[in-house]
Amino acid sequence: MSRLPTPITRPAPRTPARPARRRGRREAATAWAFVLPSVLVILGLSVVPVLWSLLLSFQYSDLLTPSVWVGWDNYRQLADDPQFAQAVRNTLEYTALYVPLSIGLGLVLALVLNRRIRFAGLYRTLLFVPFVVSAAAQGVLFSFILDPEFGAANSLLHHLGVSPQGFLSDPGQALLVLVGISLWSGTGFCVVIYLAALQDVPRELTEAATLDGAERRHVLRHVTLPTIAPVSVFLLLWQTISALQVFDLVYVTTKGGPLGSTTVIVYFVWEQAFRNFTAGYGAAAAYVLGVALLVAAAALRLVRRRGDRRIEGATS
Amino acid sequence: MTDPSPRRRPRLPFSPWHLLLAPLALLFAVPLIWLGLSSVMSDAEINRFPPALWPSGIHLGGYRFVLGNAMFPRWFANSLIVSAVAVVSNLLLGTLGGYAFARMRFGGSRVLLVLMLATMAIPFQLTMIPTFLVMRKLGLVDTLGALIVPSLVTPFAVFLLRQFFLSLPRELEEAAWIDGCSRLRVLFQIVVPLSRPALSTVAVLTFLTTWNDLSWPLIALNHDANYTLQLGLTTFRGQHHTQWSAVMAGNVITVLPVLLAFLAAQKTFVRSITSTGLKG
Repeated sequence: MSRLPTPITRPAPRTPARPARRRGRREAATAWAFVLPSVLVILGLSVVPVLWSLLLSFQYSDLLTPSVWVGWDNYRQLADDPQFAQAVRNTLEYTALYVPLSIGLGLVLALVLNRRIRFAGLYRTLLFVPFVVSAAAQGVLFSFILDPEFGAANSLLHHLGVSPQGFLSDPGQALLVLVGISLWSGTGFCVVIYLAALQDVPRELTEAATLDGAERRHVLRHVTLPTIAPVSVFLLLWQTISALQVFDLVYVTTKGGPLGSTTVIVYFVWEQAFRNFTAGYGAAAAYVLGVALLVAAAALRLVRRRGDRRIEGATS
Repeated sequence: MTDPSPRRRPRLPFSPWHLLLAPLALLFAVPLIWLGLSSVMSDAEINRFPPALWPSGIHLGGYRFVLGNAMFPRWFANSLIVSAVAVVSNLLLGTLGGYAFARMRFGGSRVLLVLMLATMAIPFQLTMIPTFLVMRKLGLVDTLGALIVPSLVTPFAVFLLRQFFLSLPRELEEAAWIDGCSRLRVLFQIVVPLSRPALSTVAVLTFLTTWNDLSWPLIALNHDANYTLQLGLTTFRGQHHTQWSAVMAGNVITVLPVLLAFLAAQKTFVRSITSTGLKG
């Protein structure tokens, strides 16, 4: 038996200790050989850079000449940088619009598609397809459709008698248009996740409630939604994290413009590090966002734990 | 059709939900249909105002330009190389690592696993500047190696496979153990054949994320001969913004592999993507 990997709780093997230990050592060596490549790549390219980034954020670095220690200067400068403040505002606005809209729309559509409606499979496919399209392709496609002069969107508006719009070239509209494009590609993800969660809601539960005379909307509110609450929390977390980190779409469509109206935090970081060659300053901005993400995740954890306790309390 | 039946709403020959779903599904489909249509239009059709909404015939000028004069075939090959290496390597290293974490005892395994899991929460912008510096130290900047090395294995692949291996019954492996098979043989002859669902999930998600990535190639590459399709398409649009039919033909070429893979293996795609969510 001692040859088998034994759980920690099992009593000591009956075979003599020495060969077992040697075998254990060989086993450990094999295991290390198995995990070593992954450990090197994953930890080497995440833990090391994260610490390096932290150091960098206290330095002046142009990525070429040796960097100089500047203490808190980068952070102090960030606090007074109107461009960074605008980037934070834009990011928050984008997140505040995209996250609730994608989750809400995703939930409604999933609930409808879950009613054994005809063509449900086709609808699901059509709603989900944009999710696999890359941000670069989305950006190029929508820059074309929304081109103020040659775009199909303005041509359509022309037929409807609406004056042409600036879309991505209008500082007042650009961020909203980006939210729209993101909804086009991201709603299907929420639909699919919710559909899978709805399939796991025990049918007996909803049927029992219906038999007890509960109306449909009451079943929804008191049975279905609480059951899928963990999935909602997951989506909230996931969508928020991806929204706060939006970059590709901005780079392809607007490059942060017009007039900085779509400069988001990651774009700001990229621009500082790889355009202006002020990498330390960029790293400091990245750390501000990193800490914000950490706080958001921790807060959600806390909310979820409290929610779990409430559910446990209700069932016991 | 207002049928004055006392308590029921007026009857449609179909569920009223279709009135919501059909226009919405159309709205989601139209941009991609338009992508396909405009890629076979002539530039004259696209550039007049208001532009044509339907091509007068199939013009392959855009495709001819993109496949003949431009770097698209090169970029396509680069993307294919990076994605293929990433998929194979994630399957292999993810299997090895995941199996060790699931079934083998070794010092430090718990700490290591927790550490690996924690790295999943590290946002990309925190690592991108130093990763660039690491790649420069390794002499990989502006080569495909700079794209390949960071995508060799993800903590997601290791963790997903570990979870799957844990769910397999131990007895099958134990029988092989008693027959004196080595770890590696047990893994590849017994465990791997049983793990197709998890392996296909890793393959699908790895392909999707590496093929579609833009930000890292943008940072790591300089010369257009080394570009991937996503980066190439983006710069191509910047240089040829009046030749929309060529840009759209390039866009079709960029999207098509993922789209075809999705339509061919829709079930696997959807299952893979939901598997990321329901564990959360």
